[in-house]
Amino acid sequence: MKTVLNEQQLAFTIKRLSHQVLENHVDLENTVLIGLQPRGIFVSDQVVQQLQQLLPAHKINYGKLDITFYRDDIRKELHIPNHTDIPFSIENKNVVLIDDVLYTGRTIRAALDALLDFGRPSKVELCILIDRRFSRQLPIQPDYVGKAIDSIVSQKVKVFWKQRDGRDEVALV
Amino acid sequence: MQLSVKHLLGIRDLIPQDIQTILDTATQFKEVLQRPIKKVPSLRDVTIVNLFFENSTRTRISFELAEKRLSADTVNFSASASSVAKGETLLDTVNNILSMKVDMVVMRHSASGAPHFLAQHIPAAIINAGDGINEHPTQALLDAFSIREKLGNIAGKKIAIIGDIMHSRVALSNIYLLKKMGAEVMVAGPPTLIPKYMKEAFDVRVEYNLRNALEWCDVANVLRIQLERQNQVLFSSLREYNLAYGINKKLLDSLSKEIIIMHPGPINRGVELDSDAADSKQSIILQQVENGLAVRMAVLYLLSGGREMNN
Repeated sequence: MKTVLNEQQLAFTIKRLSHQVLENHVDLENTVLIGLQPRGIFVSDQVVQQLQQLLPAHKINYGKLDITFYRDDIRKELHIPNHTDIPFSIENKNVVLIDDVLYTGRTIRAALDALLDFGRPSKVELCILIDRRFSRQLPIQPDYVGKAIDSIVSQKVKVFWKQRDGRDEVALV
Repeated sequence: MQLSVKHLLGIRDLIPQDIQTILDTATQFKEVLQRPIKKVPSLRDVTIVNLFFENSTRTRISFELAEKRLSADTVNFSASASSVAKGETLLDTVNNILSMKVDMVVMRHSASGAPHFLAQHIPAAIINAGDGINEHPTQALLDAFSIREKLGNIAGKKIAIIGDIMHSRVALSNIYLLKKMGAEVMVAGPPTLIPKYMKEAFDVRVEYNLRNALEWCDVANVLRIQLERQNQVLFSSLREYNLAYGINKKLLDSLSKEIIIMHPGPINRGVELDSDAADSKQSIILQQVENGLAVRMAVLYLLSGGREMNN
């Protein structure tokens, strides 16, 4: 197991991602953030927390999206869904999708389909903690990248979170 | 995680984990039904036939809508307008339909065990939408979902099933499910409508006095008097049944606590349930119907997932 980001680097990376999002979406005026269930939520929770500190007076529109019903491998494998909670309209909003690891791009494809069932956003961006570049199976690219890494198929990126695993770390297994 | 069964023939065959999985999945489908576009593409490649050999309003519409909300293709069949009237056997009818590449069968039949018989002879997944006086599993699941939604939990809750226990597939499915999920169950009604040995067979309480039953329970699941299945006189008149076992608002108000009223529908107003009780705020009858859609979506989804692997 090789460490990609240690606890301190992970904290800095999330801080940087939050600032980059804010740089492009001044005051988050017309912007909503949506974390992808289940693992993207750990990233989006922290990004939203950072943004809230930067904009204490602003009420951030933050939702959680589950893509299970939109997966393209549903014929091969049964997946149990997680909860979706988007308590606001995304019509004509700028949406920032947040996930932990971008690999084949298939999750994001499903997420885009799922998102469109909630309305027609004016723009959708993608914020990713770890980008496993050169391994895409669909033409999907992130707008905000925590760290880009090169990896081979047999390797796995594991993200550990304090509240779940007792430590903050990103590792290549 | 797959269910432990390939068909949903009855609650009897399910393990508690299956029931938990179905109810949890239904919670997510209930959210889907609140979206601006209430439809997901999960069952895009699945064709489902709804075989109704017996009349139905709620269940059939509910299944059909659930299938459509999952993007499945659906075919409807009702026995009265088909070759069944010309004498075709059940197995021939179903095999003919399946040769048109149908993946799942939702069936209601007046003969108990009809879906179990089919399950032994055809490859498609079968969902029992009510068979005779045996089981009506999706009704029990939606009842459980509604109880869980209202009270937070099923385990430890006291549920009284009241009315025509003898002819009710809803009662049997409910008893299996509630016992598996750790609820306390009572059946109540006139002695002529409660089979002997209920207590011994299912470990449930038996009560012949309506007021005692209502005082005991958290939830009263009131059943319809099934006149179409009764070929002998089991009580003297509907009016008398209403006097002894009909639930009205006055009776509910006189209880020491507020209980929840459920009914699988269709209601015989003025027989087992008076209008002032059926339409009171203690009644969750219409929520049950709404939840039925989410529960049926969950069952269809869970039985069709990983379908290529199964073949």
